[in-house]
Amino acid sequence: MAENGTDIPDGTVAESAGSGLPEMKPAGYFEGETMTRRAAFSAGGQALGGAAGLLIIGPATLFAAAPIFDQPEETWEAVGSVEGFTADTYRSVVITIVTGIGEAGKTTVYVREGSPETYDYESAESYIAVSTRCAHLGCPVRFVQAAGNFICPCHGGVYDFEGKVIGGPPVRPLDRFQTRVTNGQVEIGPRYSVTGDLDPVRARDPGEFTGGIWEYLFPPRPSTAPAPPS
Amino acid sequence: MPDLSKLLPPPMRRPAKPGEGNGNGGNGNGNHPAIEKAKEAPADLVGWVDERMGMSGFMTGALLRKVPKGTNWFYTLGSATMFAFVVQAVTGVFLAMYYVPSPVEAYESITYLTNEVFMGEFVRGMHKWGASVMVILVFVHMARTFFFGAYKYPRELNWVIGVVLLILTMTMGFTGYLLPFDQRSYWATIVGVNINGTGPVVGPYLSDFLRAGPEFGATTLARFYAIHMLLVPGAIIAMIGAHLYLVAKLGTTVPPWMRAETKSKASREKKVG
Repeated sequence: MAENGTDIPDGTVAESAGSGLPEMKPAGYFEGETMTRRAAFSAGGQALGGAAGLLIIGPATLFAAAPIFDQPEETWEAVGSVEGFTADTYRSVVITIVTGIGEAGKTTVYVREGSPETYDYESAESYIAVSTRCAHLGCPVRFVQAAGNFICPCHGGVYDFEGKVIGGPPVRPLDRFQTRVTNGQVEIGPRYSVTGDLDPVRARDPGEFTGGIWEYLFPPRPSTAPAPPS
Repeated sequence: MPDLSKLLPPPMRRPAKPGEGNGNGGNGNGNHPAIEKAKEAPADLVGWVDERMGMSGFMTGALLRKVPKGTNWFYTLGSATMFAFVVQAVTGVFLAMYYVPSPVEAYESITYLTNEVFMGEFVRGMHKWGASVMVILVFVHMARTFFFGAYKYPRELNWVIGVVLLILTMTMGFTGYLLPFDQRSYWATIVGVNINGTGPVVGPYLSDFLRAGPEFGATTLARFYAIHMLLVPGAIIAMIGAHLYLVAKLGTTVPPWMRAETKSKASREKKVG
């Protein structure tokens, strides 16, 4: 046991605390070592196991989270000729926003012509497509002709003719879809959200603020299309 | 009536009293040795397994542990909750034999298994109503733990594990609600995902993660199905294991209305004397 040059058996050397046994030096010990062989192998083995675990967990997590970073293709869908839409009221059309899942992929959109007489920022040749997805928690709103308002059946959100909130819990106006006219047909494109003053911003989910400092709590997502120029 | 104690491995049996039995685990009522041997058969089987697994000591400690004076029916709520989970697990496995997690076919497959498959309505009913029963039992069990003060030292960790189990149970309810894929399922899920989305900063990305994209899409249902039948049940089983280990390790508490033994040593000695 005296292989390390220290005298052990005669009791003159340091004893390990409390145990009363002579201090044992492990095989391979040398003066000034900072880590025993056993500790080095133990740490190395654990690091190897950790790396192997990360190799499994890492790709699997990215695989599950991939849709967060995946921007879907921009689609445009024709919903009728320009003569079919007027400036004084909305007409409901049904578009497909997700293909391949049947009825669940369709949504109703309310479309009207721009009305420069009433709203000076709108132009006559443009078309306004208002989403039926309530800005509170995403229930389907309905345009009530008699009141000229959009009303949500779930929690009582009410929006005026432009889609601005006039009652209930919604935190921002109704979303809109980009529109364009091709060969006399009105086409509906990607969704975007608007601020309280109807300035376009990147599409947010219902319940998320747009405009003001609260907007910074809900960063834009890479899975949505960029907002159109205002 | 056969002697059921034969089913227990020898270490778990009640020791024979002096003058009783033959010291060999048998009851020594004078039968032919061959009959005695035949009666021993189940014990031999259990004994054979136990000799190789060495579980009887652990099982004895876990199942035959001492419980405090005053233990009552309120102490069965945890077992009742676990039994509700077992019902959900078993019926869920069999529902999965008919269910198709595709947006186009899910509703059809649910209609088929409910109306056409023998006992389908009953098995689906057990899963549907059992879900509510489990949530109610979780909360009653939690209330029992709270009002009995059974969350205090050294059982805080078991309370924390219990809260994790509560959240996992809620996740099961949320993900399972979508699977019938009728109008109620669909809109409840839309609203539920959007509530998740209102969480600051991470909320929007959490919504995208749950929906697998910016809109309710082709793989949303499959994602909810995988979370509902693979991810969360695995986590619940692991957590229940830890929960039960701590219950067996730490023991249960006395009810709050049991008075502590306050008699002083002196007064007892006086009585004895």
